[in-house]
Amino acid sequence: MLSIKNLHASIEGTPILRGINLEVKAGEVHAIMGPNGSGKSTLASVLAGREEYEVTEGEVFFQGKELLSLSPEDRAREGVFLAFQYPIEIPGVSTTNFLRTALNQVREYRGQEPLDAVKFLSLMKEKMALVEIDQKLLSRSLNEGFSGGEKKRNEIFQMAMLNPVLSILDETDSGLDIDALRIVSNGVNKLKSDTTATIVVTHYQRLLDYIVPDFVHVLYKGRIVKSGKKELALELEEKGYDWIKEEVDSTATV
Amino acid sequence: MSTLTQHESVLGLFEAAPATFLSLRQLGKESFYAQGMPALKAEEYKFTPLAKKLESGLTDFSPAKPVKISADQVKSAVFTGFEGVVLVFSNGQYLPELSNSTEGLTINLLSEIENTPLGSIAKPDKDPFAALNQATFMDGLHLSIENKKSIESPILLLQFHQAQGGQVISPRIWIEAGDFSKATFIDYHISVDAAPYFVNKVVEIKGGVHANITYHSLQEESNQVIEVSNVVTDIQQDSQFTSTQITLSGDMVRNNLTLNLLGSNSVGNMNGLYLLQGKTHVDNHTNVDHTIPHAESNELYKGILTDQSRGVFNGKIFVRQIAQKTNAFQQNNNILLSEDAIINTKPQLEIWADDVKCSHGCTVGQLDEEALFYLQARGIDKITAKGLLLYAFAGEVLDKIEDDSLRNYIVNQIQNRLGSNF
Repeated sequence: MLSIKNLHASIEGTPILRGINLEVKAGEVHAIMGPNGSGKSTLASVLAGREEYEVTEGEVFFQGKELLSLSPEDRAREGVFLAFQYPIEIPGVSTTNFLRTALNQVREYRGQEPLDAVKFLSLMKEKMALVEIDQKLLSRSLNEGFSGGEKKRNEIFQMAMLNPVLSILDETDSGLDIDALRIVSNGVNKLKSDTTATIVVTHYQRLLDYIVPDFVHVLYKGRIVKSGKKELALELEEKGYDWIKEEVDSTATV
Repeated sequence: MSTLTQHESVLGLFEAAPATFLSLRQLGKESFYAQGMPALKAEEYKFTPLAKKLESGLTDFSPAKPVKISADQVKSAVFTGFEGVVLVFSNGQYLPELSNSTEGLTINLLSEIENTPLGSIAKPDKDPFAALNQATFMDGLHLSIENKKSIESPILLLQFHQAQGGQVISPRIWIEAGDFSKATFIDYHISVDAAPYFVNKVVEIKGGVHANITYHSLQEESNQVIEVSNVVTDIQQDSQFTSTQITLSGDMVRNNLTLNLLGSNSVGNMNGLYLLQGKTHVDNHTNVDHTIPHAESNELYKGILTDQSRGVFNGKIFVRQIAQKTNAFQQNNNILLSEDAIINTKPQLEIWADDVKCSHGCTVGQLDEEALFYLQARGIDKITAKGLLLYAFAGEVLDKIEDDSLRNYIVNQIQNRLGSNF
């Protein structure tokens, strides 16, 4: 489904990603872990199409299409979803309103009829239950005055509405207490299927107790330096990142 | 020195003035000469060089004669869904045959009113253009709302403007709202064609006690139009006055809005929105004078500017020593969408009382790129996303307009523009 080949990206001339290779197949959950500043969020942003990052080398194929040549909106319409680490507050635009515009543009791209108000509302009701979010919250300005947990639940709610093929969760656990973590994870797990895939970007292992990964990759200095099964995450939780840093730095060739 | 600052060009206007209100006109003329056309460095008109603009933009400094307006023109100008009184003007002159009225509203020509109160609220010595209007206006309307009369549907002042040779239009309106009365006015300026002209308007509003007056002004004229508007209002005890100033086009537009809070528990609300493109230059000068204790003023002006347009905002709040317990709030927010758009914004607070709550703030920024990316990342194309964000920004002002037909009309106009990658 997703094939990242030798991806290099920089911001304002500073290289952040220095050759990422990753294959994600349908039905899989991949966790990207790593110390702060290793490039985890950059990878998520580059995949979603954030303009500040310049891709200097490499290719990304998503369902056979050259992802990097698509605009951010077309990536979303193709089925890539980024749950933001810091969801944006937009005064004056309600979640309901904006999501209806978004959903209908996505549907139009996929050659589907736009949803009328009644169908949209019933779809909303169904997905709201998934992340235990209140309708009142959704008629308010997008994320304005929302708590950390409410913002993250809203991200997963939007994910449920847009029904993506590939979901990228960028530090979705940050700012969540244990209850919110459980609710958000439940939502993500219910949305998983054999035809979709999930990339979970996280600093801590905690989230992976709830969203169990098939593969764990450790990102350090812009490269994947270690890959393994879910046990790797537990090892990282126990031993921290220092042993990996040492291992990499001692054999570094650059 | 230009000819205009030497006042020679306006001589034609003085000569053409009708033989009515002789002493009033004389006073206006003297007052105009005493002040002169604002010079380039004049503080009050610093960013808005009107004298220069008039010199280059006007070809004929004489009054524009009324032009024929048809019932169809009126029909197509009235907002869809509008229900209320329509008063039609051609180049400032009232056209009774195209207008209607309602119970509780008395309509007279200014020339029919004895002991005219004109100039008692918009004092000629306060502004040279108000003085020029007082000296040279042709005629105008005197509108009065009966005591204890609440006129629920709005009164639309449909002002058609057209001049062949770049002449001067001097609308003059007096509004008097009785005690315990309520009325909403919509002052709508329309260009019949794209030819240039100069509008120099004065509106005086005298409110009674416990009155509730709303005055919306919508400027949507051709991009050749030079306009100065002076709206001055006296607000009495337990009264509320709300204004909305919407400017969508024009060449150079200057709006002077003055609120005199004269009675305790009076409230003055000033809202404004300017959406500027091309080379349009719009200058909003507001002035609220807290003369008594326990009064409140609220101000929110917002602007979206692109191309080489220019905006000026100057919000003066004057709190006199006696005006304790004043609440005065002011906000001016701007979004600049291009490198060449300019905004000059200045809060001007002069507070002599020591027990007041006053706040002001102004912001100038670009469209929030993070918010734009967020919307795009959900599948919304860039132009729609931009429109959503700008519309949300403007919405805060538009939401304050109670009349649906007016609000919907403006929303439509704005959405048309935002949808075209404004």
